[in-house]
Amino acid sequence: MKLLRNFLDTIKPNFEKGGKLEKFYPAYDAFETFAFVPGHTAHSGAHIRDAIDLKRTMVTVILAMVPALLFGMWNVGALHYKAIGVDASLLDAFGYGAFKVIPLIAVSYITGLGIEFAAAIMRGHQVNEGYLVTGMLIPLIMPVTMPLWMVAVSTAFAVIIGKEVFGGTGMNILNVALTARAFAFFAYPKNMSGDKVWIDTTTKSGESLVDGYSGATALGEMAGSGSTSFSAMDAFLGFIPGSIGETSTLAILIGAAILIISGIASWKIMASAIVGAAVMGGIFNIFAGYAISPEQQGFMGIPFWHQMLYGGFAFGVVFMATDPVSAAQTERGKWIYGFLVGFFAIMIRIFNPAYPEGIMLAILFMNVMAPLIDHYVVEGNIKRRLKRVNA
Amino acid sequence: MSDIIKIKKGTDINLKGKAQRVTESFEAPSLYALKPSNFNGIRPKLAVKEGDEVKAGQPIYFSKDDERIVFTSPVSGEVTEVERGEKRKILAIKILADKEIKYVDFKSADPSKLSREEVLEKLLTSGCWPLIVQRPYGIVADPNATPKSIFISAYNTAPLAADVQYVVAGEEAAFQTGIDALAKLTAGKIHLSIPGKGDVAKAYTQAKGVVLHKFDGPHPAGNVGVQIHHIDPINKGDIVWTIAPQDVIIIGKLFAEGKFIAKRKVALAGSEVKAPKYYEITIGAQLTNLLKEKLTPVKPRIISGNVYTGDQVAADGFMSFLSKEICVIPEGDEPEFLGWILPGFGKWSLSRAYFSWLSPKKEYVINANMHGEERAYVVTGEYDSVFPFDIYPQQLIKSIMMGDIEKMEQLGIYEVIEEDFALCEVVCTSKIAVQDTVRKGLELAHKELG
Repeated sequence: MKLLRNFLDTIKPNFEKGGKLEKFYPAYDAFETFAFVPGHTAHSGAHIRDAIDLKRTMVTVILAMVPALLFGMWNVGALHYKAIGVDASLLDAFGYGAFKVIPLIAVSYITGLGIEFAAAIMRGHQVNEGYLVTGMLIPLIMPVTMPLWMVAVSTAFAVIIGKEVFGGTGMNILNVALTARAFAFFAYPKNMSGDKVWIDTTTKSGESLVDGYSGATALGEMAGSGSTSFSAMDAFLGFIPGSIGETSTLAILIGAAILIISGIASWKIMASAIVGAAVMGGIFNIFAGYAISPEQQGFMGIPFWHQMLYGGFAFGVVFMATDPVSAAQTERGKWIYGFLVGFFAIMIRIFNPAYPEGIMLAILFMNVMAPLIDHYVVEGNIKRRLKRVNA
Repeated sequence: MSDIIKIKKGTDINLKGKAQRVTESFEAPSLYALKPSNFNGIRPKLAVKEGDEVKAGQPIYFSKDDERIVFTSPVSGEVTEVERGEKRKILAIKILADKEIKYVDFKSADPSKLSREEVLEKLLTSGCWPLIVQRPYGIVADPNATPKSIFISAYNTAPLAADVQYVVAGEEAAFQTGIDALAKLTAGKIHLSIPGKGDVAKAYTQAKGVVLHKFDGPHPAGNVGVQIHHIDPINKGDIVWTIAPQDVIIIGKLFAEGKFIAKRKVALAGSEVKAPKYYEITIGAQLTNLLKEKLTPVKPRIISGNVYTGDQVAADGFMSFLSKEICVIPEGDEPEFLGWILPGFGKWSLSRAYFSWLSPKKEYVINANMHGEERAYVVTGEYDSVFPFDIYPQQLIKSIMMGDIEKMEQLGIYEVIEEDFALCEVVCTSKIAVQDTVRKGLELAHKELG
């Protein structure tokens, strides 16, 4: 620790004004402040400050994602061994999954942080911590079979076009991780949808897929036939195919608890999204009889609360809709924003003929609408103040 | 009056080192300083030069914009130094005090028998006038204005603040005289806010000529700005004045004794004070004698005022004009290894991202460290949770950053001054300089909107 401090102090002059590597100061600063919370003290305004900073905020969110990540790793392995008809131990399944997932995480972080550092050096800014969370979110919302280069391209697109062109963390309109997923979804649809991508089915010599194997997700089955072979309990616990981090509602709820207790994410958005989804699901339940096809009737008819267990709904609501930069910023606005995210997610899921899931598009759509919601909320406050003068 | 106005938003930080309700004396300081920077919007012009002999109550400098606003010496003695900064800006005027203080005689009088002009005149010439703060903008009151009403907060909620119930004990008569004088200045009411719970000094409960309001809740419930917002909010065009109870006493003594007695019972508090207590200190006093042998060996951050809004001063610095306490906390300028990852049981945070929330009763020692670097806004809703106004704080701050005066006006800049935003600044994850930003906004609005 002392050694590290001394090392940092020795090389620091190179990066400071007039030093040889002056341009690379943001990179040096990122590493220095990563190792040490700086000794800066308050020189104007309040003399005492909350111990929290953006690094702590981001690391708390990552901690909240860990249950979903670990479960996802195990599930990748478990589904793989099930598909090839092998009885595997918990550790084997987890090991296999980790072997598949860790490269995705590595690619996401290397690509994203590389761009962040480059942008910071170009602009002479400090490196912002926002990507620590985005970098973990991106692999968790991809199918495990996604080729690494596609992850890299999607990440690069999202960070450059989705964030840096707007001015970096805090300035973006759309959630960055979802931008990456949306890019991948439209650029590489074959790798992002259908029945083949959700389970890793690479077989070594001597292995073969079991008879009657289907790689469809629960939502895929429902859109296709109106029913699913996965029980609600399977979906709640997460023993179903899907993007890496999205399958276990339970693991996501543990993350939600961490976010809500720590006060980092807005419980209002989560709660109102659940209400929104329940309302839409309820409406579908009532009107299932008017569906245009028997499959749709089946899909619309499942108990409204089951809708929240399948697909990416829970993951999206807990980790993506609550992104404070792209969500509504006023407290009242958060209620409206969350409600509509849930409402549209279920609506799009059932009515989208091409892809039976709606949380990604619902959140991205509401990201765009959030400033408008805030505008009307703030406008209401302004009107109230004006009324007071006239009264 | 009987209803308690409950403030829900806000937070109390339980800091170590609260002052015991005991007043001790200390060796009287010999050097005093007047700093124009203690006042917003004052362009100073000197009335004395180095070497002049002055009495307590004699003008030292005055405002270029209104020469009736004078700043008088708190003691008698010799002007030893006029400290100047860049562009010859006056930083401080230092006065070496006599052993025995000689006062300018302003003639004692019963303010209730004087006219408004006579009261105004006495307050202006004696140098008591700058004790009155005007809103909007948080500036020294304008003698040409007639305020809609005058607000006094007799409720402290800031951590380590001097207890306003204690400091008025024995000064009841002076407090009432001060109220009588202020009553002449406004056509409206004098609103006096007291705590809804616990002891309330009889100086307040028995005060005549005031409307009492009871407030209860966490900081900033004791801030006069919050109280104004909940009693009678400031609208465009309104002017209200505010003054602290300690300063009402100074005004009361001016009328009772005919002297500018610039003394307050001041709390010396904070985790680095060995035995936090009260001391009678004259405005502008050098702190060297006060702090002598009273601090722990930790590198100190000395604050004239409270930890949210006070001025950082050196160990041989001077007490600011409006300060009611001197707080001493650790400086905390050491880098902390992986500080953002550790569990942080002893770290205060409004969020529960550190594990200190497991022990809510804990008394904290908090240093002046920023605990992180400044960033763009990411987190939302933090300010709202500690800002008990019907105002969108983050939106207002952003409108100030953009210099959008119309938006600032619409979003309620008239109702706030920087101290109302102090807690927002404390809890800010992005470490934005909120109070400085608000001050800039107020100055811009003052200039453009008048």
